[in-house]
Amino acid sequence: MSTDFGELTPGVFPSILKETNADYLTQPFWDAARQDRLVAPKCSNCGTFRLPPSAYCFNCQQRGIDWVELPGTATIYSFTIVRHPLHPDLAPICPYVSGVVELDGTQGAGARMLVNIIDVDVENVKIGDRVEIVFEHVNDEMSTPRFRPVR
Amino acid sequence: MTIKDKAAIVGVGATPYFKRGQSFPESEFSMACTAILAALEDAGLTVNDLDGFSIYSSSCDPAAVGAELGVPEIRWATTTTSGGGGCAGALGVAAAAIDGGMATTVVTLMTLQQLNKRLGGSAVGGVLAYAMMSDSASPYGGSGVPPSAAFTANNGLLSPGHSFAQIASRHMHLYGTKREHFAEVCISTRDNAIKRPTALRTEPITLDDYFNARMINDPLCLFDYTMESDGAVAVITTSVERAKDLKQPPVTIMASAHGGSGRWGPALFRYFQTPDDEFASSGHRPVAKRIFEMAGIGPEDVDVALLYDHFSPMVIMQLEDYGFCPIGEGGPFVADGNIRYGTGSIPVNTHGGNLSEAYIIGMTHVREAVEQLRGTAVNQVEGAEIALVTGGPAGLPVSGTLLRKG
Repeated sequence: MSTDFGELTPGVFPSILKETNADYLTQPFWDAARQDRLVAPKCSNCGTFRLPPSAYCFNCQQRGIDWVELPGTATIYSFTIVRHPLHPDLAPICPYVSGVVELDGTQGAGARMLVNIIDVDVENVKIGDRVEIVFEHVNDEMSTPRFRPVR
Repeated sequence: MTIKDKAAIVGVGATPYFKRGQSFPESEFSMACTAILAALEDAGLTVNDLDGFSIYSSSCDPAAVGAELGVPEIRWATTTTSGGGGCAGALGVAAAAIDGGMATTVVTLMTLQQLNKRLGGSAVGGVLAYAMMSDSASPYGGSGVPPSAAFTANNGLLSPGHSFAQIASRHMHLYGTKREHFAEVCISTRDNAIKRPTALRTEPITLDDYFNARMINDPLCLFDYTMESDGAVAVITTSVERAKDLKQPPVTIMASAHGGSGRWGPALFRYFQTPDDEFASSGHRPVAKRIFEMAGIGPEDVDVALLYDHFSPMVIMQLEDYGFCPIGEGGPFVADGNIRYGTGSIPVNTHGGNLSEAYIIGMTHVREAVEQLRGTAVNQVEGAEIALVTGGPAGLPVSGTLLRKG
């Protein structure tokens, strides 16, 4: 297996997966990502969001989806500061912050994403901090979503 | 009708515990066989009595063990799905098999050798392997690259420690839990390991040591993590009637359950829409409710708790979820000395746990529960009658079992 992580930037976890392996459920997300837009599937029956996209709504067990464009802002729900590189070649990126963000424009518990949070003051990042999405366009297929502090 | 008081643990066997890779030239398979034979001998039984396997986390292949050891007839072979969370629950599955007349003498075991594989993905290539498993409930399995993997593969969350840190951070945020509280779990567990000849980590740790330790990923430092180790532990379960005539004092399975909330399962590695109070938990609450109902007792009746401790914060959350203290108060509860052996209201991990004795994916906790209830434990809890053993948190199922003396 390759351990070539390419060019590394402190605080930024590299895009190790370069293919989306998309199916009919996930393709709309990556199509929008390529255009720097964040979209999420919303149950057309009960309105519950689900990410990553899934065939069935966990709330009402229906399959219908409406793709909704979200503002791309979010709140940090939880996070970790990774200081120990799990692979020696990843040492230059440490420390980096990765965590769970709750997306604005989603209801209830909120649609969450697990993301690398970049351009942050690592020692002062807090739950509740406001962040916004930024896509890295890896290739024609993959655009990696990351979040950074709201500017 | 339940499995309450239908089956008993009658034999325990184990290999020595080793630091990662040091069990070589033994193999996972040979250590499994060693532990099974030792457990049978402890019970006063032989392979001719063995007819069932109730395992978890696919610890061994019953077909291979049956052939190797010459088991005359296998009548039951099941594995509880997912990973270490099934540890305590596999005992309940054994009891169900016995109570249902499907088998008479069932082994539950774990065998682990981290020579060429390392749990959690820190080996070369493992970084990718872990990142790709997002559709799986377990960090230790999964095949292919499912479409959902692209939603998490590039986020830098690569290991179980990275996942459990999210839960720990959220618990700290919601309830004011502090690193000092995690430290108390690590220090008290280490104190218990010091007298154990089987323990791999026996140097005392102080609060200063804890705060000077290397941070792996906040809020978890080196001491908050379990270790990587090798070894095998097996236990033999049979009917309570038959148990009376065997070599050892029986340890009866009062209650056992595995499972958990369906929305918590994916939470561990996908964290999407789990309700807030469930997110910052051990995922054990549904299982706790079931086992206490089945046994007809409450947490106040438990004399010793063997809580799955791959990460120290998860001990605090299990103390809450099993009702030893209110939700959110686990931190101050441990800080008050409640889990200390000898002085605390509920001694926890008297064997040194996964954190300090060895990490054999939970089976060392079962072994300790049996020793406590036989009255032969190194750190014997005086008058111990009832023990709680848990498996997980991990991908569902998580599990809990209540055992009693006699």
